[in-house]
Amino acid sequence: METLIEALSYPFVRYALIVGVLVALCSSLLGVILVLKRFSYIGDGLSHVAFGAMAIAAVVGLTDQMMLTLPITIVCAILLLWTGQNAKIKGDAAIAMISVGALAFGYLLMNLFPTSSNISGDVCSSLFGSTKILTLTKSEVILSIVLSIVVVILFVLFYNRFFAVTFDESFAKAVGTKTRLLNLLIATIIAVIIVLAMNLVGSLLVSALVIFPALSAMRIFKSFKSVTIFSAILSVVCALTGIILSIPFDTPVGSTIVITDIVAFAICWVIGAVRK
Amino acid sequence: MEQLICKNLKLGYENITLAEDLSFSVESGDYLCIVGENGAGKSTLMRTILRLQKPLGGTIEYTDGLTASVIGYLPQQTIVQKDFPASVYEVVLSGCQNSLGRHIFYNKAAKERAHKNMERLGIADLAKWCYRDLSGGQQQRVLLARALCATEKMLLLDEPVAGLDPLVTNEMYELISKLNKEGITIIMISHDILSSIKYAKHILHIGNDFFFGTVEDYKNSAAGSAYLEGGSN
Repeated sequence: METLIEALSYPFVRYALIVGVLVALCSSLLGVILVLKRFSYIGDGLSHVAFGAMAIAAVVGLTDQMMLTLPITIVCAILLLWTGQNAKIKGDAAIAMISVGALAFGYLLMNLFPTSSNISGDVCSSLFGSTKILTLTKSEVILSIVLSIVVVILFVLFYNRFFAVTFDESFAKAVGTKTRLLNLLIATIIAVIIVLAMNLVGSLLVSALVIFPALSAMRIFKSFKSVTIFSAILSVVCALTGIILSIPFDTPVGSTIVITDIVAFAICWVIGAVRK
Repeated sequence: MEQLICKNLKLGYENITLAEDLSFSVESGDYLCIVGENGAGKSTLMRTILRLQKPLGGTIEYTDGLTASVIGYLPQQTIVQKDFPASVYEVVLSGCQNSLGRHIFYNKAAKERAHKNMERLGIADLAKWCYRDLSGGQQQRVLLARALCATEKMLLLDEPVAGLDPLVTNEMYELISKLNKEGITIIMISHDILSSIKYAKHILHIGNDFFFGTVEDYKNSAAGSAYLEGGSN
């Protein structure tokens, strides 16, 4: 407890907690939609794209890497989600293609144009987010806060339409809902969340943040509203627990959060099984 | 009074033409069954009427205050829906999305319409149930209630009894017939030719043969008698 209070006196720990909570909240909200739309894997694909983009940003020497990673990831998300349904290359193959392509490209760039002497350390840190969350600058924190608030507001505004387009896209389109526009919006939001979440858990573990809370909530709850609310709460609780636990135990933040999510999933699974 | 007039419709996708030269009209209060072989373009015709895809040629005219977005649609179930965590009420209410307009949430009238249509189809006591926990017949009723929330005029049903057992199938047909008697125009795709001629007023047969007309004429037509013989065996 004392170590915790002492840790909280450092601004970078407070930054980590704020960004962690917000990112966990946003990712779980959209996670419900992605899991139900059978797009669980898109988070993984997009995070690799963001990794590639980050490598470019590092090579070019950008101080604010998000300026580059965000637009590139958004464009890829739109390509994957928006045109996915009737594209010549089917969804999962397209995701796999872009995902491994970006990963290879990013690693290659980092090796060709090393920006520091410790390449494997850099790679490891961006893949698993080991230290990234604790080295956030104030401007990155503010940007994260603003983007998270925008995501939450958009989610509330479009909640009913997101539900409609997720449950039955044909019906929604038939009664005049602008489904293409909604899918575009979902794709954009997802890209923003992925880029934000990379700071927290690193690009390899981003999917966990997106899918685990949603899957846990789906074990127990029976309406879309309760699933959404519970997964948001659960995700925030797990992120907080993970970050706080990682301080005294000196474990990597990202993987500690993911392990907490997995434990929560196991508990929810048991509760769901017992109820039946 | 005619609600829907299709002239010389040509249906299909980029390089594949499924059906050509379809002309027919649907009157207010009609009960039209669309029959034909697999791959004849029945679902494509329905999707074209709903403006989910463009016809390759020909015109569709909506009259009598009907537009594509106030047609109630009962699509075939998708895999996504099988394990979807949504309450019955949430699903039915989503049928009101064409009245959302620029609003964020559903208004009182929409919520009342959802409740009324759940009563109408006898699923009011299931309102809080999870959609995925229901039987196939109950799920179809929920989707039908949702379609009713979108329309007062016309329902398009894509094989509404697919996968249901005989008893539930009959209940479903009676329910649809009841809605038709309440004044709602029904257009239904069906593989069940015997029930089609029992309940429908008009038949549209597409595929190798073309027929459009009343059920009585259909029974005596070449297309009809050949198909009926196959169906009754």
